[in-house]
Amino acid sequence: MTSPDQQNCTILHVDMDAFFVGVELLERPELVGLPVIVGSASGRAVVLSASYEARKYGVRSAMPMARARMLCPQAQIIEPSHTKYQQASARIMAIFREISPLVEPLSVDEAFLDVAGARRRLGEPLEIGALIRRRISDELGLTATVGIAASKFVAKIASTHAKPDGLLLVPEAETLAFLHPLPVGALWGVGAKTGEVLARLGIRTVADVAQTPQAALHRVLGATGDHVHRLAWGIDDRLVTPERMEKSIGAEETFEKDVDDDQMLHRELLRLAYRTAARLRAGSLRAGTIALKLRYSDFTTLSRSRKLQAPSNSAKQLQAAAAALLAELGERPQPVRLIGLRAEQLEDAGRGGQQLSFDGHEDTWHNAEQALDEVNRKFGAAGILPASLLQPGARRPMQPDQGAGQQGQPEPGE
Amino acid sequence: MKFRVDRDVLAEAVTWTARSLSPRPPVPVLSGLLIRAEGGMVSLASFDYEISARLQIPADVTAEGTILVSGRLLADICRSLPSAPVDIETDGSKVALTCRNSRFNLATMPEGDYPELPALPDVSGVVDGEAFAQAVSQVIIAASRDDTLPILTGVRMEIEGDLITLLSTDRYRLALRELNWRPTTPGISTSALVKAKTLSEVAKTLGGSGDLNIALSDNSELIGFESGGRRTTSLLVDGDYPKIRSLFPDNTPIHATVETTTLIEAVRRVSLVAERNTPVRLAFTDGLLTLDAGTGEDAQASEAIEAALAGDEITVAFNPHYLSEGLSAFDSKYVRFSFTTPPKPAVISAQDDLEGEDKEDYRYLLMPVRLPNQ
Repeated sequence: MTSPDQQNCTILHVDMDAFFVGVELLERPELVGLPVIVGSASGRAVVLSASYEARKYGVRSAMPMARARMLCPQAQIIEPSHTKYQQASARIMAIFREISPLVEPLSVDEAFLDVAGARRRLGEPLEIGALIRRRISDELGLTATVGIAASKFVAKIASTHAKPDGLLLVPEAETLAFLHPLPVGALWGVGAKTGEVLARLGIRTVADVAQTPQAALHRVLGATGDHVHRLAWGIDDRLVTPERMEKSIGAEETFEKDVDDDQMLHRELLRLAYRTAARLRAGSLRAGTIALKLRYSDFTTLSRSRKLQAPSNSAKQLQAAAAALLAELGERPQPVRLIGLRAEQLEDAGRGGQQLSFDGHEDTWHNAEQALDEVNRKFGAAGILPASLLQPGARRPMQPDQGAGQQGQPEPGE
Repeated sequence: MKFRVDRDVLAEAVTWTARSLSPRPPVPVLSGLLIRAEGGMVSLASFDYEISARLQIPADVTAEGTILVSGRLLADICRSLPSAPVDIETDGSKVALTCRNSRFNLATMPEGDYPELPALPDVSGVVDGEAFAQAVSQVIIAASRDDTLPILTGVRMEIEGDLITLLSTDRYRLALRELNWRPTTPGISTSALVKAKTLSEVAKTLGGSGDLNIALSDNSELIGFESGGRRTTSLLVDGDYPKIRSLFPDNTPIHATVETTTLIEAVRRVSLVAERNTPVRLAFTDGLLTLDAGTGEDAQASEAIEAALAGDEITVAFNPHYLSEGLSAFDSKYVRFSFTTPPKPAVISAQDDLEGEDKEDYRYLLMPVRLPNQ
């Protein structure tokens, strides 16, 4: 029988500790125990991952690299290699799926699991949590932290609390005692802005939120108020929903210097298209819609999307759609700081068959790009690129992807 | 300027002229309708640098003159007026519109700033409006809506003597329609690329009143249409249209004839389970066409209908939307599918009798979907 403490606590939040750094240190054992930052060394890139030793100096994920280096000049900086992280991520997710079919990945290194159906086979939730940590350590040499609770929201807070290399179960009966002393920022949906609004009302802890009438919260925060009030009472009935397919795949680039030149933007789009298309093909997916994202010098950000006439995973098609979107924007009011391309409305590439066209281009390009994939698999990424991308100095490392549930996302700050 | 005209006549005229106004006019004066009262007639005109529209209506003109007034607003007002005579009269820089007890004062724009409307090229021939409208509706379905390929958003009009051929393609299907007309110059040989959207508007609004004059000159950037006192001009699409006639296969050893409405209905039913972008499969065997769609893990549907097959059995998959659109363009009792081999395009044409020959004046060429195992 399940012990009373673990009754109903079947939601696990598993979060890798400093994942990118962890993966890199497997190849650089001499750096273990030292401050290490994964991120591109170039001017405007951001920290993708920092070792706990670096975090002691105040280095955090998504912080500009320049600032990180100021805070911790002695840190070892490692260029990110996303292929390695994706491979490690795939192995981790495979372990999760052996534990339970109910796996909801949040990003490359983080997932919710519902283990209700695994208890008979694998033991109580605490044992399962320990098993997952042991397997990740034995099979990959990495550490993970597991938070266990009766709801997703509490499980996630539990893992944040237990980090790094920890395991924490919050029994259902103790949920409120665990939640209430926390600052309001711990609640999902409470960011800097909402936090400010609440602080003005003297609401600083989760307990304060719980004790404020829901109607009052609704008045100041609208629907968020209702949501936050429920969370403050530990009510979160969202289920762990396995996502069968990624929702979108994309890449973006922050320029070292803001760019005004049309040609340079188009060249960057071409690069992003090749990168995104390769990832689509690797996952045997096709995109139905292409979105373009632009951020101007003053951080105004806009995005535009267009439906492809037939779904595609060819860089050529992705680039054409993105270029058309860029052209439709007309004259730009300011230089561009960041440009991004995203493939949306993804579908299984094998499912519907391929709509053929009179010019047969999809076949020629498809074959050419597949050959490219093969070469790049053999000789490393960017072995072959379109000629216009081979200009000296044009090659720069990619920025992390900021979309939800995406690969290459900076790890959540701990 | 002062004139009186019946509300219904005015509303119809304003609506037609205002439809070609651009929602985002390049310059403010182009949001206006140019109204000129002169010798018992009132003319209305609109222009957006690409498309111009002009018409004349008889009116009781008491003072001649010209004004420029917001087209959208005037159209909205005319649509909601009661059915009674409308008086329009300038009043300084304003124009007053009165109808029974309603009175509107509208600002006018300086008509001197209004660009000169392009002249209608010389009329090159006459076509029956209804036949033209039908032909246009049959070809525009295959024109591309993707403006990354502007050329393919146009319909190619090829004129050889008394034959007009309309052609359009979006790279996945191709529609070809031939129809007769009466050219002013016998033996005329010319071609033009007209935006599918423009052509569709012309067919809808000018196709219903008998003869339709087409004005097109060899070195003109414009095409003009005129019918029943209404004329419209449109800039031609620039660029070389691909040579697509050659895409029709020379030799099609496999023919299948199916009753049109039966097939349309069957496709409609079966494609209910075809999620976006998944094809509907057509298997032609002796005497039978079996349609099916859907995948093993999700929903599936199938239906068998009668079909007359000549040649080898064949299975082919199409985008259900492309297939339905094409089939719906036929009003013949039967349609004929002509095939070479599965990954090659199929020709759909009209056929009146099950045993008869097909007609070639309208042909819809459709590229198949390659199934994963093909």
